[in-house]
Amino acid sequence: MSDVLNNLVASPQTPGTKHYAPFAVTDEINAQADKRIAQYPDDRKRSAVLPLLHIVQHEFGFISSDSIDWIAGKLDIEQIKVLEVVTFYPGLRQTAPGKFHIRVCRTLSCAMGGSYELVEKLCELTKTDLSKMDPHHHPIVVSPCGQYSVEFAECLASCGTAPVCLVNDDFHEGVAPDMAGDLLNKYKD
Amino acid sequence: MSDIQYIDGKQPHQREHRLIFKNIDRVGWNPSLDTYRNDGGYKQLKDALKWEPKAITNEVKKSGLRGRGGAGFPTGVKWGFIPPNNTKPVYLICNADESEPGTFKDRYILHQDPHQLIEGMVISCFAVGAHLAYIYIREEFPEAAEILERALEEARNANLLGDNILGSGFNCQIHIHRGAGAYICGEETGLIESLEGKRPYPRIKPPYFPAAMGLYMCPTIVNNVESLCHVKHIIQMGAEEYAKLGTPRNTGTRIVCVSGDVKKPGYFEIQVGKMTMGELLNDVCGGPKDGRKFKAVIPGGSSAKILRCDEKFNVSCPPGTEKREISFEEIPLDFDTLAACGTMAGSGGVIVMDDSRKMSWVLNNLNKFYAHESCGQCTPCREGSTWMRKITDRLVAGKASPSDIDTLNSIAYQIDGKTVCAFGEACSWPVEAMVDKFRAELVSETSEDNESIAHSAESEAQRRFLQPQG
Ligand SMILES: Cc1cc2nc3c(=O)[nH]c(=O)nc-3n(C[C@H](O)[C@H](O)[C@H](O)COP(=O)(O)O)c2cc1C
Ligand code: SF4
Ligand code: FES
Repeated sequence: MSDVLNNLVASPQTPGTKHYAPFAVTDEINAQADKRIAQYPDDRKRSAVLPLLHIVQHEFGFISSDSIDWIAGKLDIEQIKVLEVVTFYPGLRQTAPGKFHIRVCRTLSCAMGGSYELVEKLCELTKTDLSKMDPHHHPIVVSPCGQYSVEFAECLASCGTAPVCLVNDDFHEGVAPDMAGDLLNKYKD
Repeated sequence: MSDIQYIDGKQPHQREHRLIFKNIDRVGWNPSLDTYRNDGGYKQLKDALKWEPKAITNEVKKSGLRGRGGAGFPTGVKWGFIPPNNTKPVYLICNADESEPGTFKDRYILHQDPHQLIEGMVISCFAVGAHLAYIYIREEFPEAAEILERALEEARNANLLGDNILGSGFNCQIHIHRGAGAYICGEETGLIESLEGKRPYPRIKPPYFPAAMGLYMCPTIVNNVESLCHVKHIIQMGAEEYAKLGTPRNTGTRIVCVSGDVKKPGYFEIQVGKMTMGELLNDVCGGPKDGRKFKAVIPGGSSAKILRCDEKFNVSCPPGTEKREISFEEIPLDFDTLAACGTMAGSGGVIVMDDSRKMSWVLNNLNKFYAHESCGQCTPCREGSTWMRKITDRLVAGKASPSDIDTLNSIAYQIDGKTVCAFGEACSWPVEAMVDKFRAELVSETSEDNESIAHSAESEAQRRFLQPQG
């Protein structure tokens, strides 16, 4: 990848980095990617950019510049076309989250149900510095131990059981602020 | 249907009419193909494949089904927009992005009854002549994506998908495409761009109506999860019977999702227009919390204009009759009356606020959402949504002046109707309605003294672009 692009995809280390293997192309990753690419018409491989990014993020925690090179190569497109997608979507990240990434719904019904208090409580219990969170530029804060990270999400489509959150791929509903400790206890190692 | 048992505590309310949600929270139910088939599933697909495709479209037109994704556009009419002399492939996309705040219905179909959706989709594909379809599902539904993936695999193995489906000669494949946390991917043209592997910048209409120029510039039908499920029931019941549910021009059932300050929030499938706002909130949802009174309600997802609970409306109710005055409680939950009341039925997400809530705080929460989700393609929306957020930020911080409320309103009206996609309306309507209906309350939180505060101080994060890089 060219230097200019590389500077844009600098992925600074976080306390969570240690939990994720560095990006490497394996037969399995390649096979998963080929299966996704086959879901689109032959001349429309570019459509597979999100599916491939999901494979990378799922396996390696975040989108590194190496992985962008690989995806661009697989899809026969310029790296910038992958990068522009990565930088647009809130669901794709360029730095490592904690081992357990907690996304708490921030939107109206959950906020009425106490989701802001829930985030404060989670940050307090995990000694995470909430003041470092900035919705546009640094949406994710990682705990010093690297086990946890916290992020606000927008309406997770379960407003009737507010407040709700996702921990990695697990969904939790009705998580009142005073249940923050119980939630974290489910995710220890 | 009396033999159907529901999980304790999750029984449907007696005023509900369960069609789409028949199997949600059902005892002994799981998302597998066997369970669905044992319950008579895929019978309608088998029947439909013997019809003329055009006849299915006509049946859907006759049923009066209106889209459940937000705009309430007649589904059959939309299908009819595919150019008659078209030679390109046709695509069908199921919009499972469910990201309008306040809406939580598609989630349950995807998790608990995926085969109902698949059956509805294959019938719809057959009707519009699509051989390839995608389910665009939001990234925040990882479990649902897995369940769907399994269900699709089961359907493929049972020849309910693939080549020569059930010996009919019809070929159809469905794949899943996961989003990545952007609300704008729910907007159909943004969704299509996203599916093409680009940033989801919505396309301008005209000319880019998906039915003529959609995915890969081919005719594409985009429908909501719930809408596609209804298609199966229209085939099952026949359009005429289906149209007897609900009210004229507002036929069938729909799922309303109630959240916020009520005793019993949840999802309820009702006949469109056969229940009033008062019945929903007081009878079905158990009324306000103890010691509280209802203050305001957003009736159709966060983009719908807010209603005051002490408001009166002069509308024709039922639609088509002489205008008369009705109270907030008397509004029937349909498309037309809600529109006449100056708001919309939208996605069916009803968000309730009681008298403990400050409207400045509510509006600020929504403004944060829209400022975060604007795709940034057009200036009024990109700049305006952030500006409105900044104003309500200082309103809740006690630093706003009375003139800020006017500024807020004027920004909203400069976005509304002047943007590429309907997100412009989505982000400006909440502001317009809030200022219109709660101006006195908002102004009471401002102070003339704040007129002299400078608001131009930028945050560190914004200034970083002005500093030399290095
Ligand atoms: C900003 C915006 C967000 C939208 N989000 C959704 C959504 O999450 N789910 C959905 O089904 N429709 C959504 N829509 C509506 C779609 O653009 C489209 O009208 C709908 O999927 C059509 O399906 P229907 O005719 O079955 O309602 C959204 C529209 C806009 C303008
Ligand atoms: S109205 Fe907003 S969301 Fe829609 S295209 Fe313009 S900037 Fe993007
Ligand atoms: S507001 Fe939190 S799930 Fe909808």
